Amino acid sequence: MNTATDVADHHEHEHGAPSGIMRWLTSTNHKDIGTLYLWFSLFMFFFAGALAMLIRAELFQPGLQLFQPGVFNQLTTMHGLIMIFGAIMPSLVGFANWQIPLMIGASDMAFPRLNNWSFWLLPAAGVLLIATFFVPGGALAGGWTMYPPLFMQGGIAYDMSILAVHILGISSIMGAINIITTILNMRAPGMTMMKMPLFVWTWLITAFLLVAVMPVLACAITMLLTDRNFGTHFFDAAAGGDAVMFQHIFWFFGHPEVYIMILPAFGIVSTIIPAFARKPLFGYVSMVYAVASIAFLSFIVWAHHMFTTGMPVGGQLFFMYTTMLIAIPTGVKVFNWVATLWRGSITFETPMLFAIAFVFLFAIGGFSGMVLALVPVDIQLQDTYYVVAHFHYVLFSGSAMAIMGGVYYWLPKWTGHMYDERLGKVHFWLTAVAFNITFFPMHFLGLAGMPRRIPDYALQFAEFNMISSLGGFLLGASQLLFLYIVIKCARGGLPAGNRPWDGADTLEWTQTSPPPYHSFVTPPLVK
Amino acid sequence: MTAASVDNPAPVRSHRRLLVKLLAVIALSFAFGFALVPLYDALCLVTGLNGKTVGVAAIGVGGLSKPVAAPPSRIDRSRIVSVEFTGTVMPGLPWDMKPLTSRLDLHPGELHQAMFRVSNRSDQTIVGQAIPSVTPGLAAQHFEKLDCFCFAQQTLAPGETKDLPLTFIVKPEIDEDIRTITLAYAFFNTVDAKSTAKKLVTR
Repeated sequence: MNTATDVADHHEHEHGAPSGIMRWLTSTNHKDIGTLYLWFSLFMFFFAGALAMLIRAELFQPGLQLFQPGVFNQLTTMHGLIMIFGAIMPSLVGFANWQIPLMIGASDMAFPRLNNWSFWLLPAAGVLLIATFFVPGGALAGGWTMYPPLFMQGGIAYDMSILAVHILGISSIMGAINIITTILNMRAPGMTMMKMPLFVWTWLITAFLLVAVMPVLACAITMLLTDRNFGTHFFDAAAGGDAVMFQHIFWFFGHPEVYIMILPAFGIVSTIIPAFARKPLFGYVSMVYAVASIAFLSFIVWAHHMFTTGMPVGGQLFFMYTTMLIAIPTGVKVFNWVATLWRGSITFETPMLFAIAFVFLFAIGGFSGMVLALVPVDIQLQDTYYVVAHFHYVLFSGSAMAIMGGVYYWLPKWTGHMYDERLGKVHFWLTAVAFNITFFPMHFLGLAGMPRRIPDYALQFAEFNMISSLGGFLLGASQLLFLYIVIKCARGGLPAGNRPWDGADTLEWTQTSPPPYHSFVTPPLVK
Repeated sequence: MTAASVDNPAPVRSHRRLLVKLLAVIALSFAFGFALVPLYDALCLVTGLNGKTVGVAAIGVGGLSKPVAAPPSRIDRSRIVSVEFTGTVMPGLPWDMKPLTSRLDLHPGELHQAMFRVSNRSDQTIVGQAIPSVTPGLAAQHFEKLDCFCFAQQTLAPGETKDLPLTFIVKPEIDEDIRTITLAYAFFNTVDAKSTAKKLVTR
C-alpha cells in the first residue's frame, strides 16, 4: 500500500500515490492534477501580481519615474493576460479537478490522461508568455485584448503570445470536455441533475461556455497570426479588411469569457454560504436557472465593449438592453445568497468571511457594470479608470476572493490539516481593506477622466493615485501571508477530521481528510 | 458503501459518444468564428457599418466604370456637408499620393469632382489599387461615386505623375446629424497582394 515499487507494479489498484517527480509528470489522478493546477495558478498569480506592483509603483507619482511608456504598456498587458489565462482560469479548473469527482461521487475524471495533458500544456504556455519579456522588442504591449492594427506592429513576442494563447485555449477546451463528460456520465447512483451541488452546476455550464467560445478566440488569433505572417488581410483596412471586425470576433469570445471566470466563483460561494449559515441554499432551482440565463445572455451582449466604435443607434440600444438584462439573473443570485443567510446560525470562519465579502463587493462591481451599460455614460467612461475599477471589483473581489475563500474552505479536506484560523482572518481583513483602498479611488479617477493604460497623468489625479498605490502594495504584501498560510497548512497542523465544517453536507465530507488517493472506488448511493 | 465491486462502478454511459458530440460542437464553433468574417461583411453591406462604399469593388474589376446614374433631381440647399479627402500609400508601394482638393463644402445632391495626384518614385512600372473608406461608416451608403480611379487598377510608368479624378454625389438622404464626411484612400501594390486583390473582387 505504501512503497513505490508496490505502486509501480499495481498502479491501477487502490494504492497510494507514486513518489518522486514522476508522480506529478505522469499523474492521471484528479487530485494530483488539481493540486498542480492550483500551484501553477498561484505561481502565475504572484507573477502577474508582481507586474501589478510595478504598475502601481510607476503610478505612485505623476511623471515617468521607473518605466518608459513602452515598458509600462507591456506591464499592463501582461498583467491582464496572465491573470486571466494563467491565474484565474487554471485555479478554477484546479477546483473542478479536485472537487467535481468528490462532489458527485465519481472515482476520477472521465478522461484521466487527457486531464494530465491539459495541465502539462499550461507550463509550456506560461514559459512562452514569461519569455516574451526577454525577446527583442519586449512583451505584448497593446492591451490583453490584442486589438489590431497595433498588434500587427509588434515583434516576435506577438507571435509567441499567439502560440501561448492557442496552447492555453486547447488546454481549456480539453479540460471542459473532461468536466462535461465527468458530470454528465459519472454521477453516483441517485444523484440526479437537480441534486448536484451548485458548484458542479456552475462548472457544467462554464464548461459549455468554454467549448463554445474558446474556438472563436482561436479563430481570432489565428487570423491575427496569418495577417502578421502569411499575407492575409482580415484586419488590414488598407487592403479591404476591417480592424473593428476583430473586436466583434474577440468580444464574442470575450464576454462569455468574463462569465467563465465568475460562474465557478458563484458556485464556490453558493457552497460556502449554506455551510456556515447552516441552512440549505435558498432557491436552489432558481440558482441553476439564473446561472443558465447568465450564460445564455453572455452571447448577446458582446458589443457593449465597443460602444465607441461607431455603431448605429439601434445596435447600441440592443446591446445596452441585453446588458442590463443580465442584472436580473445576477440579482436573483445575490438575493438568494442573502436569503440563505437570513435567520441562519452564522459563524464567521475565514471561508465565510471571503464569501460574504464576495457578495458585497461583487455587487458593487455589478452596479458599476450597470452604470457602464448605459451608452452615453459608457462613451464618457470608455477606457478610463472607472472601467479598471469595475472589472477589478468583479475579477478580484469577485473571482479571486471567491477562489481564496474556496481554498480556505477545502484546504482541510485537501491536506488533512486545519489552516491557521487566526492568520486566515488576518489575511482576509488585510485583503478586503487593501483591495478597497486600491480600487475604490479608481472610480473617482475614472469619473474625473483619467485614462487607463497610460504611465503618466495630470496633477489633479496625484492624491487618489498615491492612495491607490499604497493600497496596492498592502494588497500585494498580504498575499504573501496567503502563501505562508497555505504552505503551513500543507505541511502540518491540527487534524481536520472528515468534516471540519458542521454545516457542510456535500459528498466530499464523507471521505477522510485528505481523501484516499482513489476515492469513491465504490460509488456512494445518493438518496 | 455497500458491496459493489471495483470493476463495476457507476452505471456506464458512453464517454466516447459524448466526446464525439463535444468535438462536433468545438468544430462548429471554430467554423462559426471564421464564418463571422463573411457574416460581418454581409451585415456591413446592408448597414454600411464599416464605411465601405456600396458596390464599388464589385464593379471595380477589369477596369470597367460604373454606369453613371442619373443625378438626383433634388439638391438640398438647406444644409452644407463638408467632405475631407486623405490618401495614404501602403508599405511596399513606392508611390506618393496626395489629394489636390483636401476639403469640399457642398450641398447634398450636388455633383462634385475631386482630384488626387499620384506619382511613381521608382524606376519600374507598377500597378496599384486604391481602396476607399468613408467615415462615419453610416455615411458610406449615401456617398455615391459616379466615377472613381478606385474602380480600376492604376498603372504608373517609372517616374510618372498622374492626376486621378473622383466624381461623386452625397445623396440628400444622408442623415442630418452628419456634417463632415472623411473619404480616405489607401493605395496598395497589386503584385504584393494578389490574394488581396482577389478577395476584393468578391467584396
